[in-house]
Amino acid sequence: MALQMFVTFSPWNCLLLLVALEYSKASSDVNESANSTAQHAPNAWFAASSSEPDERISVFELDYDYVQIPYEVTLWILLASLAKIGFHLYHRLPGLMPESCLLILVGALVGGIIFGTDHKSPPVMDSSIYFLYLLPPIVLEGGYFMPTRPFFENIGSILWWAVLGALINALGIGLSLYLICQVQAFGLGDVNLLQNLLFGSLISAVDPVAVLAVFEEARVNEQLYMMIFGEALLNDGITVVLYNILIAFTKMHKFEDIEPVDILAGCARFIIVGVGGVMFGIVFGFISAFITRFTQNISAIEPLIVFMFSYLSYLAAETLYLSGILAITACAVTMKKYVEENVSQTSYTTIKYFMKMLSSVSETLIFIFMGVSTVGKNHEWNWAFVCFTLAFCQIWRAISVFALFYVSNQFRTFPFSIKDQCIIFYSGVRGAGSFSLAFLLPLSLFPRKKMFVTATLVVIYFTVFIQGITIGPLVRYLDVKKTNKKESINEELHIRLMDHLKAGIEDVCGHWSHYQVRDKFKKFDHRYLRKILIRENLPKSSIVSLYKKLEMKQAIEMVETGILSSTAFSIPHQAQRIQEIKRLSPEDVESIRDILTCNMYQVRQRTLSYNKYNLKPQTSEKQAKEILIRRQNTLRESMRKGHSLPWGKPAGTKNIRYLSFPYGNPQSAGRDTRAAGFSDDDGSNPGSPSIMFSARSRIRSLQKQQAQEIIPMKSLHRGGKILSFGYQRSTSQEEYMCGSRRVALRPKPLFHSVDEEGESGGESEGEAFTVRSRWTTDRGHGRDYHRSHSPLLQRK
Amino acid sequence: MGSRSSHAAVIPNVDSIRRETGFSQASLVRLHHRFRALDRNKKGYLSRMDLQQIGALAVNPLGDRIIESFFPNGSQRVDFPGFVRVLAHFRPVEDEDTDQDPKKPEPLNSRRNKLHYAFQLYDLDRDGKISRHEMLQVLRLMVGVQVTEEQLENIADRTVQEADEDGDGAVSFLEFTKSLEKMDVEQKMSIRILK
Repeated sequence: MALQMFVTFSPWNCLLLLVALEYSKASSDVNESANSTAQHAPNAWFAASSSEPDERISVFELDYDYVQIPYEVTLWILLASLAKIGFHLYHRLPGLMPESCLLILVGALVGGIIFGTDHKSPPVMDSSIYFLYLLPPIVLEGGYFMPTRPFFENIGSILWWAVLGALINALGIGLSLYLICQVQAFGLGDVNLLQNLLFGSLISAVDPVAVLAVFEEARVNEQLYMMIFGEALLNDGITVVLYNILIAFTKMHKFEDIEPVDILAGCARFIIVGVGGVMFGIVFGFISAFITRFTQNISAIEPLIVFMFSYLSYLAAETLYLSGILAITACAVTMKKYVEENVSQTSYTTIKYFMKMLSSVSETLIFIFMGVSTVGKNHEWNWAFVCFTLAFCQIWRAISVFALFYVSNQFRTFPFSIKDQCIIFYSGVRGAGSFSLAFLLPLSLFPRKKMFVTATLVVIYFTVFIQGITIGPLVRYLDVKKTNKKESINEELHIRLMDHLKAGIEDVCGHWSHYQVRDKFKKFDHRYLRKILIRENLPKSSIVSLYKKLEMKQAIEMVETGILSSTAFSIPHQAQRIQEIKRLSPEDVESIRDILTCNMYQVRQRTLSYNKYNLKPQTSEKQAKEILIRRQNTLRESMRKGHSLPWGKPAGTKNIRYLSFPYGNPQSAGRDTRAAGFSDDDGSNPGSPSIMFSARSRIRSLQKQQAQEIIPMKSLHRGGKILSFGYQRSTSQEEYMCGSRRVALRPKPLFHSVDEEGESGGESEGEAFTVRSRWTTDRGHGRDYHRSHSPLLQRK
Repeated sequence: MGSRSSHAAVIPNVDSIRRETGFSQASLVRLHHRFRALDRNKKGYLSRMDLQQIGALAVNPLGDRIIESFFPNGSQRVDFPGFVRVLAHFRPVEDEDTDQDPKKPEPLNSRRNKLHYAFQLYDLDRDGKISRHEMLQVLRLMVGVQVTEEQLENIADRTVQEADEDGDGAVSFLEFTKSLEKMDVEQKMSIRILK
């Protein structure tokens, strides 16, 4: 099978690259003409003569030093990418272990090679490279992909948990280790309190998002998800702030010089750094949103603006010794809402993918550095320190989780269960952040830096591998599973029905949270911010709309012909077995059950889903599209027949399945004026009912690999205006699309406006777009017209 | 909008609604807020169109039926008590409900009432029975387009057969209840936030 070949090919390819690397490195070390076996070293050049300078013009030359750094970096990144490809080819693997495991292994491998060939690894990660180049993309990606509505809904708990959790962990681990160091037997007497505290702060930098992919299917509820995400987001910032403050303390050489005043100053600085960073981020976010308002004609620079402003916020904050991480996070969060509405569709996709790419490159490089320093001579192993570090990490995390959540549960509407808390405790996986901070400890201040690095590496390896691999089974075990007995067909059907029903009623109920603050923000946002920051909506050229119409037409055709001729569809093979079904036979029952399980529509997931390493299209988009297309068919058919869809009357004789749709109110009024500036053109076709069909969208990734796929819905108004809005596969909230009063004519769906924050109690402000579809009973207008007037779906 | 405490006063007949549905005061306030948010033109009641504007219902295969369930007896509008009455079916069952005064009417979120609500989603003509045809219709709604009509009919046949005990070719409410006796309906049809 091609798959297997590819799998075997890929490690072979890796090997090829490695050998190439080795050869080129070896030859560079030797630095003379090398008769390397040419077919393995694609970049090897032959030196004709090397010993005497200026003798002859050499035909081939080798100059490895010139390209060494970029060459090796590129090879590393490529190697990691190939490993990732291999990782995902075996599709069960991502569910077993987090992708960080893989990256660490690759890093260790590269480290091993470099060590083995005695090569001086050229780019050593130093402080400036890390803080200026490697860290910002990672943080930016976290901030950008954060789902804002649940974040702000739970912000109290998240702040409480992230800030206090980090502090408790840092101080707790530091102090405990200090006590251990006091014990003479371990030979750690020279590690003073400050150093221990610093170590504590850097080791408490967790990266729990890395494990999220592992327990995706276990239906982690939204709040839990948000806590983990929020913690990951803020944890980096807090840890780095703490780290910097403690480094500043350490630089005050004499321990006795530190007075209580300094400690208070440290605390004050902590707060100022944090809050100041956030302020900076918000300001920059608004500026960049404002600028994207004017970029309609050069949409190619839109991603550039987004990235540059985020980076600028980071740098500006760092200049003033404020927390750049928090700045860039706040910038991303602020910017996202407005920028997404303003930028073109392709820019949006570019931004998303580029962000993922940058952050994944950064992380890969950090892990490679980690691998390189693992397999090296610069270790100092101290049993006591390492073991106690590990133990204290777990202990203090447990203490902080259970204590803090106990307190915050008193104030929450939906308290976290013990099971949730266990999951949060166990997801305390360390990642690249801790390693970087440990690696960057100044040797002058930390004579025992090597020991710290070793301990950090051990903790990282332990948590990533052991905890990362076992958290999946643990979560699945904790999850209340149905008994595995076979359910009857009845039960299956009814269960699914009830799931759908529950999801539907949840949607009717909407989201509840602290209304007032959000209301006020929404009103403020609407009245002022959006006017300033969101682009004016201009009609787009008709070619764009034509293109969209065509795509939609095709989509509808496809489904329609599929429905009409059932052979055209790929029938699942189980179905093919069952051509003639007899009643009551057990294997038929089996196959019926199989058909049901495979083919029933999935229930809409309300929980979030985020994959740190990947942006994959959602397969559930297809389902949403299908349902909507079928509804449109239903509507159209019922209009054609000129009567409302009967409840309880047999459906049409054609082999078309409809979703029954109640006859909508024929009034075209009742639409919020703000929702669309439609002119009411009902006059020409008095008999035709118009059905309001509205949709909202939200951005939330549903299942495993998510990425935001949008289904814009468009409807061509009679006046030739195109109303387009995006529709995205569901989840919980209602958002609003483009609250502006103007008819939005843009080629790209407005789903972005519908970010999670769209939710509010003040939903009277035109949350949804109402699309008016005109149905003509008169078929003479032809299908094009007909179809063009129906809400159409387009897959982006 | 005023403070929260005066909010409850805005809801008419709040006490009788509370007694009937069992919702807490806070939940009722929230639901009222939601009701007003859905009611775009401040009519004081909800029409089908208001509910249809909930986007997520559009991609729910049962969306239309759910909306329809809010309008019993063919009415075109649903007021707040009616709205809450439907949602009360999804209130989580708490222990205090179980040892109720037997003279009081069964709470809306009892298992029987929950099942009855689900039953009514199937039984559109309200004859108290799910005919094979109605089952087929529901199946059509819930299954993707790849499944052929014959397969669906077989499934519908089988489903009715399994549950039908008195052989009338339809599933009555009792038979429906019986076929689901092993299922944890209370948990499946409860929404946590509706306390």
